Amino acid sequence: MAAFDAAAARQRCLKYRKRILDVSQRVGALHIAPAFSCLEMTDTVYHGLLRPGRDAFVMSKGHGCVSQYVILEDLGIMPTAEIERYCTPGGLLGAHPDRGTPGVEASTGSLGHGMGLGVGMAYAEKLKATDARIYVVLSDGELQEGSSWEAAMMAANLGVSNLVAMVDLNDFGGMHKMSEYHTAFYPLREKFEAFGWECAEVNGHDAGAIHAAVAARKGERPFALLCRTVKGRGVSYMENVAIWHYRSPNKDEYAQALRELREISA
Amino acid sequence: MRNTFANVFYEEAKKDARLCVVVADISPAGSMEKLRKEYPDRFINTGVAEQIMIGMCAGMAMRGLRPFAYTIATFALFRPYEFIRDDLCYQGLPVTVVGVGGGVTYSTLGGTHHAMEDVALACSLPNMRVIAPCDPAEATAATQWCVAQQEGPVYLRLGKAGEPVITQDAAPFELGKVRLIREGRDALVLGYGPTLKMGVAAAMALEAKGISVAVASVHTLKPLDRDGIAKLLQRFPRVVVLEEMVPHGGLSGMVKEVAWESGARCRIECMTLKDEFLHVYGSHADLLGAHGFSLPALLRLLSEG
Repeated sequence: MAAFDAAAARQRCLKYRKRILDVSQRVGALHIAPAFSCLEMTDTVYHGLLRPGRDAFVMSKGHGCVSQYVILEDLGIMPTAEIERYCTPGGLLGAHPDRGTPGVEASTGSLGHGMGLGVGMAYAEKLKATDARIYVVLSDGELQEGSSWEAAMMAANLGVSNLVAMVDLNDFGGMHKMSEYHTAFYPLREKFEAFGWECAEVNGHDAGAIHAAVAARKGERPFALLCRTVKGRGVSYMENVAIWHYRSPNKDEYAQALRELREISA
Repeated sequence: MRNTFANVFYEEAKKDARLCVVVADISPAGSMEKLRKEYPDRFINTGVAEQIMIGMCAGMAMRGLRPFAYTIATFALFRPYEFIRDDLCYQGLPVTVVGVGGGVTYSTLGGTHHAMEDVALACSLPNMRVIAPCDPAEATAATQWCVAQQEGPVYLRLGKAGEPVITQDAAPFELGKVRLIREGRDALVLGYGPTLKMGVAAAMALEAKGISVAVASVHTLKPLDRDGIAKLLQRFPRVVVLEEMVPHGGLSGMVKEVAWESGARCRIECMTLKDEFLHVYGSHADLLGAHGFSLPALLRLLSEG
């Protein structure tokens, strides 16, 4: 696996956070906080892991897709004009990703679907005897869906070692903290291991650590990377505040956010 | 019909390595067992887990395979309905969902195993095509069509076993085209699925009394052959829709829509399942009878009034 420049990732993610805030000023609402929590994960997939034309990526937590859109724009895959038309008539892009828009493999938004899609994609590549890998970014909340665990069990049954699932462990559902209201959700690592997965845990805002953990996996079983994150990471008033799951900042809040944003160091 | 599907699928799968079947804990019937033994990688059993059955099929189709999801109709369609909607229909993926034992075929297993509403639910989904063959010969043609098509999802509603062939004199199967399987003059039976044999039985019984009854298979419920049905409605003064499904959301209502839109003057009667869960056990015919779905009832609809 090629070397991954973590410093460059930090610079990119600062740029992407600013771009997401730009987009937020043109629409009434935007999933900023869930996009900020998975940004380093998505950046690592696109800039460090995904081999174009061979591998595939599914944003299972569809509400994180604006992180995907700004990265696809930066890669020249998503036209800037489409980002400008985000969630407006005549535009291609909505608040959840649609298969067929540039760079988007799967339509998601309803939670608990991406793991199953990923298992099917990974198994298909095994059947075709290719070396393709399938990357899926999941929210922790969607691991409350039984379908995610049906898929997790099947992944291990089928031995799809070419499947890498990254879990955005920001500890938030739409309303509540999992650690406070759904305490049996934890421990998670042991659940994945009991389901037959290889599992590791990292700081989800450290792209270098994410890349290193994926590179270091044994690769004999499906691999789950639990990425500890902070919802809304990078803007003080958004961090761990539920309302920013789906809200756009006003002008003053926007200005404050821009002032606050820095490169996030591990 | 179940074995017919398995035989056709097995033969096609030998020729096309993209064809796979994903089942959810249903024992492989007939040639499905041969497929499982000869191509174990292409016969996948998810266990009692229908959401992943559909999700996996979607992912496999995204990467160029042609998967068929296969289990008892209630579990093929009702349990993973949102996965069929979002993963298959919304994304337009070429996956065939095979529902075995549509209607009240699994008569002794109780209401949890009765797919009484499946056609209505399947037809309501954008991008979905819905096919319900009436006999093994039609099931063969329908399966071959499903194997060859690449446009999007299909719900293929099958019976179970032992259905007689009733389409021997009909023109070839064509998706989306109503198929006249018996000519007639005085009345028309429109229907789909294995219970259409009751229409043929009624036509034969009434022939002796000088009443000439035509029978047509509306094997494709979606896209519905509205023009073909409108033309048939013009030809007959009396039409009975025979439908092993709840009274609403299926062929019965669609035929009445077509009649209204085309200005048909015929009298239309419908024989369907009741809009009720019946706690009744017995043979398939017993269950149908409890719903008021019987040959004597059909004969009355065709000859009285």
